[in-house]
Amino acid sequence: MNIFGPMWLSVQLALVTTLVLVLIGTPIAWWLSQTKLKLKPAVQAIVAMPIVLPPTVLGFYLLILLGPDGAIGGWWVQLTGSALTFSFTGLVVASCVYSLPFAVQPMQNAFESLPKQHLERAWTLGASRLDAFFSVAVPLSVRGFVSGIVLSFAHTLGEFGVVLMVGGNIPGETRVVSIAIYDHVESLNYAAAHQMSLLLIGFAFVVLAAMFVINRRWSEG
Amino acid sequence: MIHLRHKLSRKDFVLDIDVQVPDIGITGVFGESGSGKTTLLRCIAGLDQEGGLPVHKRNIGYVFQKPGLFPHLTVRGNIEYGARRAATSRVDSASVIDMLGIGGLLDRKPDSLSGGEAQRVAIAAALLRSPDLVLMDEPLASLDGKRKDELLPYFDRLHDELSVPVIYVSHDIEEISRLCDHLVLLDDGKVVASGGLLDVVSRVDVPVLSGRNAGVVLWATPVDHEDGLTKFDFGDGDIWVAGKFEASKSPLRLRIAANDVSITRDRPASTTILNILRATVEEVRSVDTAIALVRLGAGNQDLLARVTNRSVRRLGLKPGDRVFAQVKSVTVRH
Repeated sequence: MNIFGPMWLSVQLALVTTLVLVLIGTPIAWWLSQTKLKLKPAVQAIVAMPIVLPPTVLGFYLLILLGPDGAIGGWWVQLTGSALTFSFTGLVVASCVYSLPFAVQPMQNAFESLPKQHLERAWTLGASRLDAFFSVAVPLSVRGFVSGIVLSFAHTLGEFGVVLMVGGNIPGETRVVSIAIYDHVESLNYAAAHQMSLLLIGFAFVVLAAMFVINRRWSEG
Repeated sequence: MIHLRHKLSRKDFVLDIDVQVPDIGITGVFGESGSGKTTLLRCIAGLDQEGGLPVHKRNIGYVFQKPGLFPHLTVRGNIEYGARRAATSRVDSASVIDMLGIGGLLDRKPDSLSGGEAQRVAIAAALLRSPDLVLMDEPLASLDGKRKDELLPYFDRLHDELSVPVIYVSHDIEEISRLCDHLVLLDDGKVVASGGLLDVVSRVDVPVLSGRNAGVVLWATPVDHEDGLTKFDFGDGDIWVAGKFEASKSPLRLRIAANDVSITRDRPASTTILNILRATVEEVRSVDTAIALVRLGAGNQDLLARVTNRSVRRLGLKPGDRVFAQVKSVTVRH
């Protein structure tokens, strides 16, 4: 039993989840920052829900939704022949839902603090909406992206309840580090639990400190 | 000519514009705040309308009140931003950089520039987009008096060297008088007057121009210097202005505010006022209970005097009267 198997699985899960979240979270954050629709608070509430819901509640409904008889899970079984629940792919889907607010909110805040005139100037200088987004909004929102990436990565790394509900405890597939630690504590293997926990604590510190350093550099220009 | 036709309804404001402006030179759009000047520009640019041609396809250059340069780009990056996206490149970047005097700033970041420098960079960026029309929304309003004076000569150069038409919005009649050739007056979202600058500013029937904004713009040629003053040939007389302006054949643009002109029946014998011109009363119009505007013909140009109704009665002023106009102060475009 090595401690790096679950650790590596956690890192893989966090990397894939973060990548997916940047891809789907950015347009959501941009839409939320620009829209004047009355629908906005409702969408914001849905995105923010994973922050307040117990992971078990989230995990329970994701289990049903992603299971072979669920709306998404059934479709997935038809498409690929295998179930989403108790698989790495299923974990990625669950993690994306679980960590969505941690990616969207920092990016949305960064987009909202952009002076409107920067975008308008870009348009009058010949940039299309998409062009202005990538050439002006993104470079001026780097802090938001860094925060969103680091927070969703770290948050995915530390998730437990949702993983347990949706993924179970399959070594090499869904046995991520937080589950492994729980196992070790249950079987009174405190030495292994210590090793993994300390590794996580150290990792969390390094990543967050790095984020704050990067953000300070950026604000100093 | 450029035909501007824009309609826009908001809760408590309606913009309804239908006016032709020249496709050459600088057209001033003047009005009190809230008259719809900025809204008009934003409509022309497509910034305030849903639908229609998207902003980036309209090929206009827009200079905002605050420069708003992109902070993540250098000055060079900022002025190249529009140039790289221009469909055609009709403007020589070296000459624009030289005209606006920003050659030494190219590698700086926007946050290290003064307000005037940043605005010059923003103008260069707008021009290098090779626009068909440049829109300027009070580009001097965010600057204090000293910075404004530093920037004005660059606008004079723009006026003289630029081939693209400019629509210049301002609530400062001095600025408009100095820079513009054509003038559109806006009031409450509608055009109340439009025409050549010299004709429009001397009208006495337009309320926006009856208060402290009243005054005339005229042309005069500097001919002589004496005692630190410059003598301008004014057709039927001379005007002396403090400061030294090179004698030349081409006339300069002078502005005489109506507040600085007073009227006497007889030529005053001893007065500190240097400029006393023979004039004929052409029109007297009372603008409120106390004040009247008097339009005077002097030489072949018009003057406006802002006087009290009481003085008009006391002197019995009526069209055709021969009088003397005392001019206290004159501003000259350098």
